[in-house]
Amino acid sequence: MTDPLPDEDSPSTSPSRMERLTAVRPRLLSFARLHLRDSAQAEDAVQEALMAAIEKDASFAGRSGYETWVFGILKYKILDMMRAQKRQGVWQPLEEEGDDDSIERQFQSSGRWQQHARPASWGEPHTVFENERFWQVFDACMIALPDNVARVFSLRELMGLSTAEICQEIGIKENNCWVILHRARLRLRSCLESGWLKGETL
Amino acid sequence: MMMCKGATQLMSLKQDRALTLQERMSLRLHLMMCDPCRQCDKQFALLHEAGERMQHDILGDDAAKD
Repeated sequence: MTDPLPDEDSPSTSPSRMERLTAVRPRLLSFARLHLRDSAQAEDAVQEALMAAIEKDASFAGRSGYETWVFGILKYKILDMMRAQKRQGVWQPLEEEGDDDSIERQFQSSGRWQQHARPASWGEPHTVFENERFWQVFDACMIALPDNVARVFSLRELMGLSTAEICQEIGIKENNCWVILHRARLRLRSCLESGWLKGETL
Repeated sequence: MMMCKGATQLMSLKQDRALTLQERMSLRLHLMMCDPCRQCDKQFALLHEAGERMQHDILGDDAAKD
């Protein structure tokens, strides 16, 4: 089976594809926002990705789904813009090795959990993921992370890069990357547990 | 003897690279005795899955069609 070739007489994006782009846009935007941590830049990244998708419509080979292809373009744009942010010195220095209070607060000096911070059961993942409130709180907790911590976490868990790739991308040592990810996860779990499970206001 | 804080380091690391045999053994030993850490271990795994899930949801029906 070969993929149908694009019709050379009509290089423009078909109406149905335009509709699909419109439909996927809000979701692309929230994804971009989590990485770039700036609404205007997220808008730009999505806009550029959609433009590129329209311009390169004929080069969509149909090997993956259409949305998957557009999403791939967006990921590339996001990485590009993150590199630019870094170059322009928008980022705080990444090599911060000091103690992180929000994490120290979860443990006693002996290294055991503090009573108030002891992790509770969240239930089965598939039930958790069906819960809309979980995603709202997840989003809020991501926004509440310090910028650098959030960037590393989203590159790892949302973009799916390996820690080796992240090091190369943002110029930190892998060890540092693991420290940052450990902090991100402890902060997120604590934030989710109080905001979602215990229903406290964030 | 590894304490909870150290155990969470290994739980986190486990999401990013394969643990060494020694790391695996000491984590397993700790988890056997510590319920809060067992919960934390599941939560870290769930956070990892949440990321994959989010990407999947962005693609919507597209992912289902592939």
